[in-house]
Amino acid sequence: MKVERKIAGNRSSRTGFLLSLPYWAWFAFFMAWPLLFSLVLVFHEWDIYTPMRWVGLGNFVRLFQDDLFWQAILNTLYFLVIHIPLQIGLALLFAVLLNEKIRARGFFRAAYFMPVVVSGIVISLLWQQLFSYENGILNLLLARAGLARIPWLTSPEWAMPSVALMATWKNVGLYIILFLAGLQNIPAWLYEAAGIDGATAWQKFRHITLPMLNPAVIMVLILSTIGGFSLFIEPYVLTGGGPMNRTLSAMLYIYKQAFYFNRMGYAATLGFFFAFIILAVVLVQRKVVEQEALE
Amino acid sequence: MKRALIWLILILGTVVFLYPFLWMVSATFKPEMEIPSFGLLPSSITLASYEQVFAKIPILRSLLNSLVVSISITASVLFFGSMVGYALSRLRFRGREVMVMVILFTMMIPFQLTMIPLYILMVKLHWTDTYLALIVPGMMSGFGILLFRQFFKSVPQALIDAARMDGLSDLQILFRIIWPLSRPVLITVGIITFMNSWNDVLWPLIVIRDQSIMTMPQMVTIFAVSGMAEAQLGVKLAAATLLALPVIIAYAFFQRYFIESLASTGLKG
Repeated sequence: MKVERKIAGNRSSRTGFLLSLPYWAWFAFFMAWPLLFSLVLVFHEWDIYTPMRWVGLGNFVRLFQDDLFWQAILNTLYFLVIHIPLQIGLALLFAVLLNEKIRARGFFRAAYFMPVVVSGIVISLLWQQLFSYENGILNLLLARAGLARIPWLTSPEWAMPSVALMATWKNVGLYIILFLAGLQNIPAWLYEAAGIDGATAWQKFRHITLPMLNPAVIMVLILSTIGGFSLFIEPYVLTGGGPMNRTLSAMLYIYKQAFYFNRMGYAATLGFFFAFIILAVVLVQRKVVEQEALE
Repeated sequence: MKRALIWLILILGTVVFLYPFLWMVSATFKPEMEIPSFGLLPSSITLASYEQVFAKIPILRSLLNSLVVSISITASVLFFGSMVGYALSRLRFRGREVMVMVILFTMMIPFQLTMIPLYILMVKLHWTDTYLALIVPGMMSGFGILLFRQFFKSVPQALIDAARMDGLSDLQILFRIIWPLSRPVLITVGIITFMNSWNDVLWPLIVIRDQSIMTMPQMVTIFAVSGMAEAQLGVKLAAATLLALPVIIAYAFFQRYFIESLASTGLKG
């Protein structure tokens, strides 16, 4: 018996190793090598076709003096400042309503979730029409209501809020589901106990519902932040990054530097910095939200 | 009173989320002049927009490309991902703990960081303008592996011991005993992998310039952005509708799976 177990142990250890090899091969080529090579790229100027040129810290110096780099960060922050509260507010509203005992709940859920599964390019082409200044549905509605038309995509002030609005419409269905799941996990006795202690509806919401939804809120923050820095197809289709670079996103800027100007070293440097900003922002958000929950 | 208000808001929400899609589909059947209007019904139904899409771009070819790419990636992620997940959850081997940490680490790396070097790798391998560039980098998913590992841990050990007594090898145990028990996780990983791959535009835009290899989202994007559609709304929307159709049909049949899959990953990821 003992001998048998030992043999079985040996066998599984070899198979385990063999089964894990495909992953290591993939990791070596498509993760480890790119990561290491990005460390080489950031110190070079390179258009892929002619030999690499060592520039030392040149790319970093350039980055800090590059107005468009800062513009892309500002644009992304502007996007997040509108997108995140809008998303949390709407998701919370619909989740609370759907948590009531009503008929056709499944239908509503499915309807709100629909934009989540449809490709971003379809959504962008559709909203391009809705946002159109002369003939867009949104402006037709405004005009019919006797209000002034809004230059959704054509004015530097409105362009990013419009993109944020569209992104909220696309993503909020997912967060409705996450918040709803969170709500359903709250035990009923918590509310009953609070009711006995004389808590008002608002107090119950503030001190029971919100803290219990914390994991879902963290999820929204993290996914939205990553999403904000990864915006690409939306500005690519809707505005090309304009007007006046006000919708230039991090991803679009990397793309332009790499594939319009063939600056691989600089594009990699941008990617490097944006990646660190994403990680930093996500870590800070996590800390803050967890702190809030403790208080 | 309160109920009525709830219903009112929920129905308003449904209009906001669904009406634009209905409007889009109806616009593709309208004469170009009638598209900028709020209504759904055209004065006459025309297929002109679709005829132009099919005449101007090889959209069926791109549909085929997308199917080849997304199906290959999904099959690979399910096959290799479950193999690795099985090894991580059920077998003891050198480097197992390191591997879990490495996978968690790679899941934290934003694509912004690896995109440019990855493109250069494709150029050096001469994979640009081939299916290889579209498929091979997506063949593994750390996230899929971890979901499999998590699920496989819950399979009773007695079942595996019994299979082993019957002389089944590890691969046989995985595919004959564990796979049939793992429908939920296979569906979740399958739907997410397929959807991500089907909807991806950025990577194809980077590595493919040859029209005959382009995926459908890429083809539609280039068609709409490059001016090939000549600023005709109906034609752009028809291309968008064709692109959305496969996903919407799949969603109509399997919406419960879609919602549960994406929500579960949201919570775990």
